[in-house]
Amino acid sequence: MSDEPGYRLHSQKEDKQLVRFRGGGFAPRSIGLVGPLVFAVLILVWEWGSRSGWISPLVLPAPSEALTALVELAVSGDLWKHVSISVMRLVVGWTSGTILGLLVGLSIGLFSLARSGLLPLVSAVFPIPKIALLPLFVIWFGIGEGSKIATILFGTFFPTAIAVYGGVDNVDRNLIRMGQSFGLSWISIVWKIIIPGAMPAILSGARVSASIAIVLLVAAEMIGAEFGIGAYVLLAGSLMATDQLIAGVALLSILGLTVAWLIGRAERYFLNWRT
Amino acid sequence: MDLRLKRIFHHYGELEVLQDIDLDIPQGQIVCIIGPSGCGKSTLLRLIGGLEQPTKGKVLQIGSPPKMSLNPLTYIFQDFALLPWRTVEGNISLVLEDHNIGRRRRDKIITNVLERTRLLEFRKILPRQLSGGMKQRVAIARALAVDPAVLLMDEPLSALDSQTSALLMDDLTELWMRDRFTACYVTHNLSEAVRMGHKVVILSRRPGKIVEVMDIDIPLSDRNSSLEQLTDKQRYLWDLMRDEALAADQELTDVR
Repeated sequence: MSDEPGYRLHSQKEDKQLVRFRGGGFAPRSIGLVGPLVFAVLILVWEWGSRSGWISPLVLPAPSEALTALVELAVSGDLWKHVSISVMRLVVGWTSGTILGLLVGLSIGLFSLARSGLLPLVSAVFPIPKIALLPLFVIWFGIGEGSKIATILFGTFFPTAIAVYGGVDNVDRNLIRMGQSFGLSWISIVWKIIIPGAMPAILSGARVSASIAIVLLVAAEMIGAEFGIGAYVLLAGSLMATDQLIAGVALLSILGLTVAWLIGRAERYFLNWRT
Repeated sequence: MDLRLKRIFHHYGELEVLQDIDLDIPQGQIVCIIGPSGCGKSTLLRLIGGLEQPTKGKVLQIGSPPKMSLNPLTYIFQDFALLPWRTVEGNISLVLEDHNIGRRRRDKIITNVLERTRLLEFRKILPRQLSGGMKQRVAIARALAVDPAVLLMDEPLSALDSQTSALLMDDLTELWMRDRFTACYVTHNLSEAVRMGHKVVILSRRPGKIVEVMDIDIPLSDRNSSLEQLTDKQRYLWDLMRDEALAADQELTDVR
């Protein structure tokens, strides 16, 4: 009798209570229009503040004035000059730094000799803020494009190399064993198993290195350049032309967003196999 | 082609994992290796296929593998080891690409093995969309694609739930009846061992030694209908292993 499950429960008087819900939550998601709305409200308040004299035009110009400055810049043709040279420096510096970083990171991940020889070196130079090396690069490569590109290259190279070797280290060893057990060649194992396996880490490294590259681009252009978004911002600042300054900062935001978007596209292309 | 293991000893540093293993894997038979966890059975399998080198002793191939065989000693892994970025078809293609095979023939081989494992309609699917059982089917198809002389299976069903593994066991039996492949099948599951093995090798706990080799002469096709005999064999195996398993379970693991 006492073995019967539920025997006691049913014999008692029924006292019914709803079980309290205590799950859910901790799963934030974006709500459609909230983001753009925040932007719009902020800009409207700012515009209103400037027009009513609540914000001094010397400290912060109205957004409409910044926009006007941007349009003037575009009409004069200087916009293209500044943006194109900045993008060129960024692309050349980042691409060459990334390629070098890939090669070195891959060899650190694959060969004992490279690991013992290069890893301490990379680890030692990585924490140096690369902008501190700019004066040295100016002496080596001149005040022209060379020193700016070298700074960006250096700044990109180290985080990339470290991300790549970390990614290679984290490739599932079982997959590599599998490749060996089927008699795949060394090249095949590297090209078809290790590189795709390290791709998530490589791409998140690219995200980091791209933002470092933009910081270094602006810094290098501020130290010595005639054209470029950084030079434009610096000049505007020294002339107290805050409207132009804001316009330049907005350009930098657009540049950063574009780079992030491109990397997002690359991630979607290379990592479509992930959930 | 037979395989012969001669006086195999294996150490990891100070730790002795295998001791004096002598074993024959005759052509056309499935040899099951069972033993308590940590007894070195997976290590033994890696030694057999040349993924690791024994500290002492030799693994010999007796006779040459069939000419058609692209990879005579082929593994099936517990964790399937499929590349998540390649489709079912791409995963099988991977092991053919390094052999000088034309695209047409490669496609034909892929179609053939997918047919044999009943996966044809999943050809273009990525592994993450497949269940565990289906993933292991893909791994089996991949192994069949290289025409192996010996299949080395490392707990192939251990990552699957019991229903899926029962289904897959039937599939493996069916495949064996058709192809009569040679296999070394490592498992910790006694009922799998008595279902699949022509020979069951029992290893002791670490360092692994062969405790007994049991032959089961019931044909594979009749195993489903002779459950009683199998249960007897299984109980006999368990009696042999019980104390070893208990001692292995109580062993501390931070030896390294």
